[in-house]
Amino acid sequence: MPRPILPSRFDPRSDQHQKNRDSVLAQLEELEKLLAAARAGGGEKSVARHHKRGKLLVRERIELLVDRDAPFLELSPVAAAGTEYEVGASTTSGIGVVSGVECYINGNDPTVRGGSVNPYTMRKSMRGFDICKQNRLPYITLTESGGADLPRQSEIFLPGGASFRNLTNLSAEGIPTISLVFGNSTAGGAYTPAMCDYTVFVKDRAKVFLGGPPLVKMATGEESSDEELGGAEMHSRTSGLSDYLAADEADAIRIGREIVANLNWKKFGPRPAAEVEEPRYDPEDLLALAPADLKVPVDMREIIARIVDGSRFHEFKPAYGTNLITGWASLYGYEIGILANQQGVLFSAEAQKAAQFIQLANRHGVPLLFVQNVTGYMVGKQYEQGGIIKHGAHMINAVSNSTVPHLTLQIGGSYGAGNYGMCGYAYRPRFVFIWPNSKTAVMGPAQLAGVLSIVRRAAAAATGKPFDEAQDAMLRQAVEEQIEKESLATFTSGQVFDDGIIDPRDSRTVLGIALSAALSAEVKGADKFGVFRM
Amino acid sequence: MAQLAIHKILIANRGEIARRIMRTCRAMGISTVAVCSDADRDQPFVAEADEVVLLGGTRPSESYLRGEAIIEAAKLTGADAVHPGYGFLSENAEFARACREAGIVFIGPPNDAIAAMGSKIEAKRRMQKAEVPLLPTVEVAEQSADEVLRQVEKLGWPVLVKASAGGGGRGMRIVREPGQFAAQLETARQESQAAFGDGTLFVEPYVESGRHVEVQVFGDTHGNVVHLFERECSIQRRHQKVIEESPSPALNEPLRTAMTAAAVRAAREIGYVNAGTVEFLLTPEGKFYFLEVNTRLQVEHPVTECVTGFDLVRLQIQVAMGLPLPEEIHHAKLHGHAIEARLYAEDPAQDYRPAAGPLHRFRIPASEGVRVDSALDETAVVSPYYDAMLAKVIVHAPSRQEAARRLGRVLRQAQIHGLRTNRELLVRTLEHPEFLAGQTDTHFLERFDPRVLSAPLGDSAVERVHAAAATLAAQACRRREAPVLGLAPSGWRNNPSQFHQARYRGTESEILVEYRFQRSGLALRIDGEDQGQVGFGVLSPEQIRLEIGGVARTYNVHQVGDAFYVDSPLGSSELAEIPRFTVPEDEAAAGSLVAPLPGVVHELRVEQGTAVAAGDVLLVLDSMKMLHEIAAPAAGRVTELRVESGSHVDAGTVLAVIEETS
Repeated sequence: MPRPILPSRFDPRSDQHQKNRDSVLAQLEELEKLLAAARAGGGEKSVARHHKRGKLLVRERIELLVDRDAPFLELSPVAAAGTEYEVGASTTSGIGVVSGVECYINGNDPTVRGGSVNPYTMRKSMRGFDICKQNRLPYITLTESGGADLPRQSEIFLPGGASFRNLTNLSAEGIPTISLVFGNSTAGGAYTPAMCDYTVFVKDRAKVFLGGPPLVKMATGEESSDEELGGAEMHSRTSGLSDYLAADEADAIRIGREIVANLNWKKFGPRPAAEVEEPRYDPEDLLALAPADLKVPVDMREIIARIVDGSRFHEFKPAYGTNLITGWASLYGYEIGILANQQGVLFSAEAQKAAQFIQLANRHGVPLLFVQNVTGYMVGKQYEQGGIIKHGAHMINAVSNSTVPHLTLQIGGSYGAGNYGMCGYAYRPRFVFIWPNSKTAVMGPAQLAGVLSIVRRAAAAATGKPFDEAQDAMLRQAVEEQIEKESLATFTSGQVFDDGIIDPRDSRTVLGIALSAALSAEVKGADKFGVFRM
Repeated sequence: MAQLAIHKILIANRGEIARRIMRTCRAMGISTVAVCSDADRDQPFVAEADEVVLLGGTRPSESYLRGEAIIEAAKLTGADAVHPGYGFLSENAEFARACREAGIVFIGPPNDAIAAMGSKIEAKRRMQKAEVPLLPTVEVAEQSADEVLRQVEKLGWPVLVKASAGGGGRGMRIVREPGQFAAQLETARQESQAAFGDGTLFVEPYVESGRHVEVQVFGDTHGNVVHLFERECSIQRRHQKVIEESPSPALNEPLRTAMTAAAVRAAREIGYVNAGTVEFLLTPEGKFYFLEVNTRLQVEHPVTECVTGFDLVRLQIQVAMGLPLPEEIHHAKLHGHAIEARLYAEDPAQDYRPAAGPLHRFRIPASEGVRVDSALDETAVVSPYYDAMLAKVIVHAPSRQEAARRLGRVLRQAQIHGLRTNRELLVRTLEHPEFLAGQTDTHFLERFDPRVLSAPLGDSAVERVHAAAATLAAQACRRREAPVLGLAPSGWRNNPSQFHQARYRGTESEILVEYRFQRSGLALRIDGEDQGQVGFGVLSPEQIRLEIGGVARTYNVHQVGDAFYVDSPLGSSELAEIPRFTVPEDEAAAGSLVAPLPGVVHELRVEQGTAVAAGDVLLVLDSMKMLHEIAAPAAGRVTELRVESGSHVDAGTVLAVIEETS
C-alpha cells in the first residue's frame, strides 16, 4: 500500500520565505567562492606548469576515472576554509561510480604545495577511511604527494601513521584498496601504494622510494638514480611493488577502471525498488524553507516532501511528542526512517519517541535520516524533575548503539546535546551534510555570551568588586561575535566536522547518493543497546 | 491454347524481385518455392517462401545460373512453373526451352523470341521488317578494315561500336574521329569475344544527348499484343539505370502514339507473348530509334504498375496460364506520374565502387504513395557476390514535380546505417533543376559530377549538431543502463569543475562536444563554441528533441559500437566516437596487414617465416567479384599468417603480420 502523500501549504510569496531565499542565496554565493578556490588548486601558474608537464589535474583524473554521466559527490570540498591552508586541503575526495561500482576516491592535488599533507588533509583522509570502512566502499587513491607539510609535522606524524594501518585494515575487511601512482610518493608516502591491494604506476612519472639518491649517498655512499630507486619500470619489472605499468596517466586510469571491473563486487545492502516516483513538489522551494532566522521554526513536513520519493510519508506517533516528527518513507527506492525537529526543543516525550523509533528501525533493518534543526533538550525545574536528562540519555543511547546506517542533514541550528541526540558528527553518521545557513555550537552565541556575563557578574558580587557594565557589554559582544563566527557552516565544514555544505536544492540527490553508497554494506539492526535507565 | 493450372511457382531468382513475385503469388493463392545460394540462406526472400531448395555455392555460376539444378528443384517440389525474374537466366533461351521440355511452365516469352532478341543484329533485321525506326547500321563482318571505315564514314562522326551479343556496356566504344576507328574496333572486338564468346560487332551513328525511353508491351497466347505506355530511364551510371519514371517528360501525345505503336508492331513481328520491353533511343530532335527488346520483366516495372494500376507479375502468370489479357488492359490510361530510384550499396565518389558488409539499419519511412521493393529487412549483411542494389523506392504522385519532391524527401528521411549508398546522389538528382525541368539524358551523371552529387547531405555544420545529438543520446543510454545511482541527475556534481566531453571523427575533422546539465538547463559547446540557450525535450538513447539556435528538431540516433548514425531534418551523418581510452593491446601490431574489404582469401603466396620485399604479393583476396592483391608494405619477414585459403574475412581483419627488417 503506497504511503500517503504529504500535502503542501507552502507559499513562496510569504515574507518569511522571501527572506529565507534571499539569505540562503547570498550564503550559496559565499560557498561558491570557496568551491571556486578549491577548484583553482594551487592557482593559475601552478596549474599551467602541471599541464605543461603533460599531467592531468586531480579533478581531471577523477573525471576520467568515474563512469561517464554518473554522479560524483565531492566530500568536504571546503576543508581548511578559514585556516591558513588552501581551501580543499590539497586533496579532492568523494563518492563516484567506477565501472559500475560506488567507490570512495581520494586524490592529492599536486598543484597545492606539491600535494603535501597538512592537518586538514589528514582529517579529510581519516574521515575517508572511516567512510570506506563503515560503508564498505572500495578505496581508490590517486597518489602524488610530497608527504607531510614539514612545519606542522608534529601534528601529522604520529596520528597520520594510522593511514597505513587503515589501508591494511580495509584490505583485511575485504574492502579493496587501489593506488594509482601518478608522481612522487616517497619516504613514508611510499607505504601508501605498498599497503594497497592493487597498484598502478605511471611510466616515467611514478617515483616511489624510501630514500632518494642524496639520502642513499649519505647513508651508504651508494650512487643511484631516481629510476633505479623508485621508477615505475623498476617497480613493475623488478621489485613487484607495482602491479601494472601504465603507459601514461590516462592509461593508469583505464587500468584502474579495469581493476574495479574485475573485483566481482556485490553490494550487500537491499536493492532499490524498480519504480521510483520523484517528489511532487519543486526542490527550488527548499531555498525558501532554509531558516535565515533560527528562532523561526520551519515546517519539516514541507522539507521532507521535497526530498523523499513521491513526497510520500507514513508518520509514526503523530500525536505524541509533536516537536519531533518520526516516520517512514523511501529515498531513491530505499526504505528509510526519518527523525526531524519540527520545533527546536526536545522534551521528554520527543526523546522517548525518538528512542522507540530508533529501536524500531533497528528491528526492521531500515536506515535512518536525521533532519536537524535543534536547539537542545528543555531546561527548567519542571523538566529536570520530569527526568529530561534520563529521557535524553535514552535517545542518545539508542542513537549510539543503533547499527543501521545513519544519514544526518542539518537544515538550521544544531545546539547542545540536541546535536548528539540527533546524530551529530561525534555520533558517526555514515554521512553528514549541512545547509549553508546552518549554525552549530554548544549553545546560541547570545546565550553563551549572556551566561558568561552572568558568571562574571556573580564573581564580581562575590568579591564585592564594582561591575563594569561598559566592559561587560564589550566582552559580551566580542564573545558573541567569536561564537557566531565559529558556529557558521563554512567554519565547521572547514574543520571537517561534516562531509560538506550542500545547496538545499540538492538535498535529495546528495542523500540519495550517500544512502546508496552506504548500502554497499550489509544493513543489520542492533541486537543490543546500553542499559536504558528507568 | 488450353488453360494451364499453376499452383506452385519456383522463383529462379533472389532478393527484391523474388519477394516481389512471391507477393503476387500469395495474392493469387499460389504456393512459392525459393532457390538460394549458401550466401543467401538468411535472406528475407528465403524466409518468405513456402519451400526452399538450397542450390549451394556463392557466386551466380555456382547457384542462380545452374539451370539444371533449378529444374531439378522444381521437380523436387512439384512446382508447375518457373518465374525467372530479371537477370540470371531470365533471357536464356536454353533455360526456357529446358523448362518447357521438362513440362514446367516458363513464365516468359517463347524460346525463339528470346533467342531472336538475344542477337542485336538479328533483332535489327526483324525490326526492319516491322518498320520500326532503326539507326543506319554498318555490320562488321568479313569486310576489310578500309571497307568498314568507308561505310562508317557515311554514318557521320561520332559513331558507336557495339557488340551484337552485348549488354551492360561491354564491347561498346564511342569513336569520335576516323583516325581512332581501327584501334577502337579491335579493342571492342576483343572485349566482346572475351565477354560473350562472340566478336560480332556493328556500328551506328552516335547520338550525343539521347534519351533512353522504353515501351512496356504485353502479349498473350490469344494473339493480343498491347502496350502499357513508356518509361524513361535516361538517368544511368555506367550503362545501368538509376532513376526511372513513367510517363516520360520528353514525349508529347503524337510521339507517344508513334512510339507505342512501333513497339506493338515490334512485338507482333516476333510473335511476342508475356511481358517485354522495347527500348528506344530518343534524340533531342524527337526522333526515336530501336535499341533492343528485353524479353523479361524489367527492374523498373513498378513505375508502370503505379501509373496504369496493373500488376505486371499477375498478368505474366495469367498469360502463362493461357488466359487472355484482361479486357481493361485495352483501355489502359496513364494516371499521374511515378518515379523509381534504385538504392545501391556503392560509392559514387569512387567510381561507384560497390560496398558490402553489415547494414545496421535500413529503414525507409512509410508514407502515402510510396512503394519500397526491398531485398532486405531492417538489418542485413550485404553479400559481395551479387548485384549491390538494396531496394527500389517508388513514388506515385499526381504530377512529376510532386513525385520527384516526395521521392527526394523519402530518401532524405531514410535511415541507412553502415554502408555507403548512392542515396545522396539520388536525392541531389531528384532535386536538380535540370531533372525537374525534364532535361534528362543518358549523360546526366557525366555532366554533373557524381562526387559532388554524392557528397554528404549535411555539411560539416550539420555534422557538428549531429555530434551533439549523438552525445546526448549516448548519455541517455548510459544513464538508462547505469547499474547504480541511475536516479541521480545525469553527470551531477556538487562542485563542477569541467564539462563532460565526447570526441568524434567527422568527415573533415575531429568534433568535440562538451556538455553539462546545470540547474539553469543544458550547457552545450561544440568545438569550443557555446551554443547559448539550448532547450531539450525527449532525451532517450534513440531520440533527441533539441532546440538549438532557436529551432527545435527531432534527431534519431542509432549507436552501433563506437559508430553513431544520426538522422534529422538536417540530413544524415555517420560519426565515429573516439574512445576515451586507447587500449595498447588492442592496437594492431605494427606491420599488420588488414583486409581492405570483406571477401574470401583466394590464394596464399607466402608462408609464415617467408622473407618478403616491399611490394611482394602475400595473398590474394576475392571480393566483390574482383581479385585484390595484398602486398607487403615494406621488406621484412612474415611473422604471422592469420588466414588460410578459403577463409572469409571482414574488412579490417588482420591477415598477416610482417616484421620489418631494417
